[in-house]
Amino acid sequence: MYTNKKISPKILLKLYTIIFKIRKVQLKIEELYPKDEMKTPVHLCIGQEAVAAGVCINLKKKDYVFSNHRGHGHYIAKGGNLKSMISELYCKETGCSKGRGGSMHLIDTSVGLLGSSAIVGGGIPVATGAALSSYIKNDNKVTVVFFGDGASEEGTLYESLNFAKLKNLPIIFVCENNLYSVYTYIAKRQYGKDIYLKAKGFGIPSFSVDGINVFDVYSKAKEAIERARKKQGPTFLEFKVARWRDHAGTGDHYKNEYRNIKEHEEHLKKCPLEKLQNSLIKLKLLNSNKIKEISKKLDLEIESAFAYAQKGPLPDKNELTKHLFSE
Amino acid sequence: MPWKEFFIEREPGFELVEKTNVRKITYAEAINETFHQMMASDKSIYIMGQGVDDPLGMFGTTSGLQEKFGKKRVFDTPLSENALTGIAVGSALSGMKPVYIHNRPDFLLLAMDQIVNHASKWNFMFGGKRSVPLVIMATIGRGWGSAAQHSQAIHSLFMHIPGLRLVMPSIAYDAKGLLITSILDNNPVIFIQHRGILKHKSSVPEKMYSIPFGKGIIRRKGKDVTIVAISYMVIEAIRAAEKLEKEKINIEIIDPRTLKPLDEDIILNSVKKTGRLIICDVGWKTGGVGAEIAAVLMEKGMKYFKAPIKRVSSPDIPTPSSYILEEKFYPGMEEIIAAVKEIIK
Repeated sequence: MYTNKKISPKILLKLYTIIFKIRKVQLKIEELYPKDEMKTPVHLCIGQEAVAAGVCINLKKKDYVFSNHRGHGHYIAKGGNLKSMISELYCKETGCSKGRGGSMHLIDTSVGLLGSSAIVGGGIPVATGAALSSYIKNDNKVTVVFFGDGASEEGTLYESLNFAKLKNLPIIFVCENNLYSVYTYIAKRQYGKDIYLKAKGFGIPSFSVDGINVFDVYSKAKEAIERARKKQGPTFLEFKVARWRDHAGTGDHYKNEYRNIKEHEEHLKKCPLEKLQNSLIKLKLLNSNKIKEISKKLDLEIESAFAYAQKGPLPDKNELTKHLFSE
Repeated sequence: MPWKEFFIEREPGFELVEKTNVRKITYAEAINETFHQMMASDKSIYIMGQGVDDPLGMFGTTSGLQEKFGKKRVFDTPLSENALTGIAVGSALSGMKPVYIHNRPDFLLLAMDQIVNHASKWNFMFGGKRSVPLVIMATIGRGWGSAAQHSQAIHSLFMHIPGLRLVMPSIAYDAKGLLITSILDNNPVIFIQHRGILKHKSSVPEKMYSIPFGKGIIRRKGKDVTIVAISYMVIEAIRAAEKLEKEKINIEIIDPRTLKPLDEDIILNSVKKTGRLIICDVGWKTGGVGAEIAAVLMEKGMKYFKAPIKRVSSPDIPTPSSYILEEKFYPGMEEIIAAVKEIIK
């Protein structure tokens, strides 16, 4: 059982609801994806939900989050509008990016989600720039950027770490190490297993955290965000997680060809949602009725978002060139 | 250093288009004055780049700015061109108006991912939810053996990318007006200067004024041949035109000032009159700006042409270092005159 006495029951239940919501939304996408109505490549984060939830719950609405191609969880955890997100997956004008971005480009500026880059490592400097704004304007906002292990092979990460430390910017670099870049295992791509060690070389406080354990995610992220808020500079957090599904799309059809099955099966035993649920039952914060109640409420919200998305209008073909420039 | 004195030659007759008694200042001084005025008028503007606070002050364009506006708004950067471009993009998304200055366009190649995949696309990719008000500046470093990696004119690469503005002023007056427009614009602007014209003077009003994108200007009126000249080539074209005048050949010179958007009408209208077009660019020929302008003219004005279009541009090779080869590599007045004589045959 995972516990942490410092986390209030209210926050624990909120974390549970967010993780549950991210899981349910993705299972719904997976269920409906074969209908070919969501004509955009989806990158599911099933199994990684605790990172998005545990980090974002520590942020204020005005704080910034930048995401990547596997961004559904980050969007939901930061409080992005679900109807707009699902509509974007359905390529509708009512989508958060008006059907111009798709699953990999979600945005909700009302909650500080300023966009996501699907170029691996591309969002890291962009997020660092938002933190630079806060530094220049002294607006007390904190920026979080999510990226994967693959991004730790891009130069942009190291260029950004150097600059963030140089200016002591209020930013948290969150690396979700899910071990795979598409079908390539991390050991084929880089030396050593610990990405967080690389950030230490820049003089940045850097930690490796079990990304399945939301208690740890929450606590480490809280410390990092408080440090940033107090103008004590950037933090690097590496969360060890596992990707349960294929790189893109649904299921995991080629797992026997690319995965270490034994290792994968161990990962599948460690479900962040189940672990948290069991802990909360033991802490008497949850029981089967309460779980059903939360589940039903989430189902209603998700059903309604999908219905809204399905009946929304497609973009107008005559507006093909709209939005190239801002007036 | 000697190259600072390079190209300080006779001022071409810009007063043809500006009959004023306004003070004359150099291109670099005009840029510097604009920065001072714009930064004083808008706190969200900041300037960064390698050496913006060094003793040379980016050819003088950034002199005095850090002293006046502080180290948070005017600062030197690590060499990380790609990340710094992304940082500029991210700050633009969150309310700032960055101006990122590079010594040379060559270094922009290190930042292509952030310019092309991020800056140019953010507004479109997110349905207009957040735009990127960003100005990226660089100065083409022709001459003094700068060679293959310090003198490139790669502006046509940017002309190809949707979502970017491409601005290449040739005189101080336009530099000021277009820099103001660029900083005020909500979108990414690539602003390319040329070392050969930074010390040229022209009449520049002290007050702030804005020149719209996509509005070219006739630098010299004529009836026999239209020359579209870009950036420094405006100077060479004016010299050629002055010589040809003595032979009773009348050249009309058009300076598009911005390549994207491009003022197609001003070129079409001129060609309608002259029936002949020579495009003079500071970059390479193949797939260059001249190719694009020629294609537009064929699409929209083929019936006006009395002779095939000619291009005066650098050959498709890297810039050599030795001055004897450099001289051959860069076309100028002589090549323009030769092209004119051929086109009017």
